Amino acid sequence: MAGQGTTTAPQESGREMQARTEPARRRVIGPGLRTFLIFAVLVGLGALIFPSSYFYRVGTLVWINTLAVTGIVVLLGYVGLVSLGHAGFFAIGAYATAILPNYGIPSPLAMLAGVALAGLLALAVGRPILKLSGYYLAIATLGLGMLIWMVLSKEAWLTGGPDGMVVSGMNARNLFKMVGLKLKSAEAWYWVAGFAAAIGAAIAVNLAGSPSGRALRAIHDSDVAARSLGVDVAKAKSRAFVISALYAAVAGALLALANGYITPETGGFMHSVEMVTMAVLGGASSVFGALVGALILTALPQVLTVFADYEHMVLGGIMVLTMIAMRRGLVPFIVDLWNRRKS
Amino acid sequence: MSLDIDGIGIAFGGIKAVDDVSFTARPGEVTSIIGPNGAGKTTLFNLVSGVYRASAGRVRIDGQDVTGLPGHALARRGMARTFQNLQVFPQMSALDNVMTGCHMQEKSNLLADLLGLASAHRETARSRDAAMAALQRAGLAELAHRPASEMSYGQLKRLEIARALVTGCTILLLDEPAAGCNAVETREVDDLIHAIAAEGKTVVLIEHDMRMVMRISSHIVVLDQGRKIAEGGPEEIRNNPHVIAAYLGAHGAAEAEAAAHV
Amino acid sequence: MSELLQFLVSGITVGAIYAAIALGFTLIYNASGVVNFAQGEFVVIGGMTAAALIGAGVPVWIAAPLAVIAGMLVGVLLYRLAIKPAREAPLVSLIIITIGASIFLRGAMQAVFDKQIHRYDGFSGDAPLRVGGATILPQSLWIVGGSIAVFAFLAWFLNRTRAGRGIKATASNRMAAALVGINTGRAMNLSFALSAAIGALAGVLATPVTFTSYDVGVLMALKGFSATMLGGVGSPLGALAGGLLIGLIEALTAGYISSDYKDASAFIVILLVLFLRPQGLFGARITERV
Repeated sequence: MAGQGTTTAPQESGREMQARTEPARRRVIGPGLRTFLIFAVLVGLGALIFPSSYFYRVGTLVWINTLAVTGIVVLLGYVGLVSLGHAGFFAIGAYATAILPNYGIPSPLAMLAGVALAGLLALAVGRPILKLSGYYLAIATLGLGMLIWMVLSKEAWLTGGPDGMVVSGMNARNLFKMVGLKLKSAEAWYWVAGFAAAIGAAIAVNLAGSPSGRALRAIHDSDVAARSLGVDVAKAKSRAFVISALYAAVAGALLALANGYITPETGGFMHSVEMVTMAVLGGASSVFGALVGALILTALPQVLTVFADYEHMVLGGIMVLTMIAMRRGLVPFIVDLWNRRKS
Repeated sequence: MSLDIDGIGIAFGGIKAVDDVSFTARPGEVTSIIGPNGAGKTTLFNLVSGVYRASAGRVRIDGQDVTGLPGHALARRGMARTFQNLQVFPQMSALDNVMTGCHMQEKSNLLADLLGLASAHRETARSRDAAMAALQRAGLAELAHRPASEMSYGQLKRLEIARALVTGCTILLLDEPAAGCNAVETREVDDLIHAIAAEGKTVVLIEHDMRMVMRISSHIVVLDQGRKIAEGGPEEIRNNPHVIAAYLGAHGAAEAEAAAHV
Repeated sequence: MSELLQFLVSGITVGAIYAAIALGFTLIYNASGVVNFAQGEFVVIGGMTAAALIGAGVPVWIAAPLAVIAGMLVGVLLYRLAIKPAREAPLVSLIIITIGASIFLRGAMQAVFDKQIHRYDGFSGDAPLRVGGATILPQSLWIVGGSIAVFAFLAWFLNRTRAGRGIKATASNRMAAALVGINTGRAMNLSFALSAAIGALAGVLATPVTFTSYDVGVLMALKGFSATMLGGVGSPLGALAGGLLIGLIEALTAGYISSDYKDASAFIVILLVLFLRPQGLFGARITERV
């Protein structure tokens, strides 16, 4: 498999490659910090051009989705595992943030509790399943997501049932007030969500270039080889699964606070599919893919009503077509095109 | 460390792919496994390295029973291998491929990795140096930044050797390392294996190139239809009538003959 | 006692539907190694198409075969347009493709038909039969009979016909099958067509009892998976037994624990199987070739 299309004779390739081989550059700014700064600039750029609160609200959604999809990038792009139940973890973060303040627990603690709960659940469920081949995780998470959705819809005394519930508690405006900045609520949440997405992206990029990240990427390409190099494959997969669940839960908690209202559909199957589609469309191998996928699939429905009417067909069609025509997604596809034009 | 294989075997759907095979590979020596196609050589490697679970027999490293340990646990006891059908990481550069081999050397801490702390960068820098040195040794230094998917078959074979070397292994299983190499490259691989054994590592080799096998092996194990049919030094094997009948045949015998005159 | 009997009857009825879905999974998995996440959509296509035709006045004995043929056509299209172009793609891509296809078909159902819940009359009327204190809908007999017929047909087809043996050969070694002159492309087409037809048939038979709507496909797929995994992936007998067991567990959960959570039981079964016996009841341990 790996040797496909590598017919270049070794004699000529040595010469040809010398030109492309670049020395390992020592960078002053690490790749994580660089990513954070790029994201920060993009967040600021948005704020510069947005004419109304409506735009800020859509922008907030884009960053929250980017954060959640970054978790999918870690799981799908780095390790090569598909989860069809990540909306479940998203919803656990969201509902903990919504429910716990009703019992006297302050919002920040409630968020933390929700994120921790999602992580623990991922750990408990992931470990036995991740010993098996790829299909099993997809199926098990599909079931897990449905179970979480079921609980959220049926336990109305706790969650408000299918109608959803109001989220009371923290407003981001107050955060900015503390440092003397007066912002509208929509603007305040936009900055918070953008900041969270930037941090999340930086962490994911740090991971990719680190010892742990190399082990994950090795599993993606060949778990047999990874194992032969001493990588505990089941443990590494389970770590990635937990990390990606944490991303989803943080994003869910932010959405609950920013929206002030949540419904069980945040934990629904279609939301899980949406997250995977965003990652696949943008390119699951990088955080910029997550951003592009989240941007397109969040902004497009706002512009095109046809999107709302045919949501399922559009999402499904995108998944199939991307996988057939540009398997690595938009961002790597465009980068490849660009490189080819340059050379 | 010495590797003892004792009566190992496995069956797939009633067919005994490997049946009651025993041998010992010693440090500082090259032990070769030869045999016709389908003799069970790669299956034997998969049994020894924990990819398959043996249905019979024992594997020992320096007398310690390691039978049935998962692959990563065997790796931690010093066993590394390459693969007949190539198991490289095609999306990574050659350098990253080899750096992955440093996994066990890296004192990695997940939190430090996520936060991009200095310790994570330090480990990565150290791995990069070790990987560059290994690439150099395998004659691939100038391809370090090339994606593995763009390398030739022979280069990938050597890439796997470099990756196995940086694990810090004491036992190295090589599955057809010279496949796809031209005469010059084969000679280089030959020298590399020699040097690895000379460092005191235990090398077990599967190879079809009879000249190479006869040249560098101290000890040869011959498999046919899953069973060991002969064992001994190159000279013994060359003159063993069973081996000639079962495996070498007219063509192989001629090659071995040619090798004798190199 | 009669209560228990009633639960068992309804458990076997839905179980037979899950068994049919699981048989469809098994067929495609055995032929191609693909786990088809869109399998549940065939059930919906069968049910919705039959409902629409019957609603338009077409007699049921014409509507039912047409619905099965519709499912079959979609199955072939799915293979030709989505699976075949990505045949050499890694596992992850194939998972995403079949999920995408499933979502796409769900949307197509909604666009072609509507978002309503549909049913039609049972084939032999809806007057319940009384057997030892339990009532049985005549349609339940159709469903159970249908599943047994599908199982018997598959057993005969795969072992006794040339085309069926082609599928089996393709499954065990595509290259070797091609070398001995088996048209592996046709075998793949055939397995998708048959699998889709089986799913659609399950939908046609089940709709009078379980109702149908555009969005039940995923749940059906999940139940079918649970059945497949419980029985052991790749084993037709396992699919049949697994389906019936899942149906029974579900009916008993609904009866004795909570009808709100009857759908959860399938998921709990999946998890238990994965924790305790990943190869399922009838599956062999799989050794991956490297």
